[in-house]
Amino acid sequence: MIFAAILAGGIGSRMGGTDTPKQFLDLGNKPVVIHTIEKFVINSKIDKIIVLTPQNFVNHTVHLINEFIGENEDIVVIEGGETRNDTLMNSISYIDENFGIDDDSIIITHDSVRPFVTHRIIEDNIDAARRYGACDTVIPATDTIVESINAKTIESIPVRDYYYQGQTPQSFNVRKLFNLINSLTPEESNILTDACKIFTLKDEDVYLVEGEVTNIKITYPYDLKLANTILEDGYD
Amino acid sequence: MINIVYRLKSPKFFEESIDEIELDGVVVRPTYLSICQADQRYYQGSRPAEILDKKLPMALIHEAIGEVVFDSKCNFKSGDKVVMIPNTPMGDDVCRANYSYKSKFRGSGFDGFTSDLIKLEDDRIVKLPDDFNDKVCAFIELISVAYQGITKFGEIAITPKDKIGVWGDGNLGFITALFLKELYPDSTVTVFGKHQENLNLFSFADEIYRIHDVPDNVDIDHAFECVGSSASQSAIEQIIDLINPQGTVNLFGVSEYPIPINTRMVLEKGLTIQGNSRSDREDFIGVVETLKENPQLFEYLEKLITNTCEINSLNDLKEAFDKDYLSKFGKTILKWNI
Repeated sequence: MIFAAILAGGIGSRMGGTDTPKQFLDLGNKPVVIHTIEKFVINSKIDKIIVLTPQNFVNHTVHLINEFIGENEDIVVIEGGETRNDTLMNSISYIDENFGIDDDSIIITHDSVRPFVTHRIIEDNIDAARRYGACDTVIPATDTIVESINAKTIESIPVRDYYYQGQTPQSFNVRKLFNLINSLTPEESNILTDACKIFTLKDEDVYLVEGEVTNIKITYPYDLKLANTILEDGYD
Repeated sequence: MINIVYRLKSPKFFEESIDEIELDGVVVRPTYLSICQADQRYYQGSRPAEILDKKLPMALIHEAIGEVVFDSKCNFKSGDKVVMIPNTPMGDDVCRANYSYKSKFRGSGFDGFTSDLIKLEDDRIVKLPDDFNDKVCAFIELISVAYQGITKFGEIAITPKDKIGVWGDGNLGFITALFLKELYPDSTVTVFGKHQENLNLFSFADEIYRIHDVPDNVDIDHAFECVGSSASQSAIEQIIDLINPQGTVNLFGVSEYPIPINTRMVLEKGLTIQGNSRSDREDFIGVVETLKENPQLFEYLEKLITNTCEINSLNDLKEAFDKDYLSKFGKTILKWNI
């Protein structure tokens, strides 16, 4: 089976100026998270879409889905966790309890605040996760990357050609992801906030899927303003 | 739903933009696209400045096939291979939809097919057999224009159709001559062109002449002009010279300039001049059925493919247009991976 986990668990501490998490703010005339879910709804290869939100937003998200997408038995909203890994584990537990974990199933994990993800990116994720067991969506780094340990002086300037900016989706074989997350010590679990990093630390290959510059993450108020502007611009 | 559209912002400059589509029809993922000269005229900026100002930014390309991603009415299955019809009627009219001012045409004032997804009504796609050649199918729209003209010709031609002449040794001339040969197997199809290297590919035609080297005894019953641009003038002049009385002159070639026509001889011979542009659903269905019944046509049509470009970025798209511009003959096919 193919599962999509829409990670809407963030409380938007960086968004500022509002108490509503950024994934529930409007982009055009719909909340950001609805735009994101729609991208997965139209992909018939995906059997189940699991939306993970803070506990106090579960009902709100269900209402939004009913209002904008309509009742859809392929979408389920469950509570996320404290950390990104906890949220991921909640989605895997849901899969385990309801469908069981087999060797072939894959999970596409995606930030709810990346509504501009394209159909092509999702298709490429499905293909790469099936083929290789793990993949990450990236774009080549355009700015020079500078490393500083002390936040005052430059330690090194790596060769930019080898560096990419990580986006989402990140997609995995469910059983592999389940086993790797379970193998983490509490200390590792605290520092490993990126699922792909868990794979690389355990010497598992993670393949690259080409992202898009438009696949931006709405993190700051500026991002939402920018996203709304480019959406309006599209109608001209 | 949010959709990413790749538009020509100004000549030779593409940009990503965001659009929204409603999920109340069919959503198709484009797979193979084909560049038409009309797209090239926008890309090169050779349309008049006021037209460019009015129509850009706009996604180009109106020849494409794709795979169904979603259908709100479930008439199509996900993964169905379909050809997309760029003409979208916006209300009933007394004329065919491809001539109606009410219709919208993709890639001409209305976004074409260079986007992540395309939303269409279900009557704007025609299902294709899985074994059809994708690259040839990418330019079914162009074939449907020829098919539409040939169908209309059949309705108006009142004199014998023994000798049919096709002027033009480019893509449309090739397709028109090929389909005339298929749809009128008892007629003699003669091709008149300028470039010997192109004419050599018209092996299916009964006769081939270079326009400056036509024997005195040649005449034709009906003519198809597939030349376009300022060269249309000399082609139409030669047609009027060689055509028999009450023949039909079927015009296909687009010109940015007004073309003078020898109306005195049009009157004297009682000719019927019929213009042809674009096509509609019935023509697409006609082409698909003709190809199903005559799969050997694919072999001929494949000869038209001169470039196949993998499009993974807007830079690839730009390079494909530049490559197409340098090609004197044939179609540039885009494998759409963006």
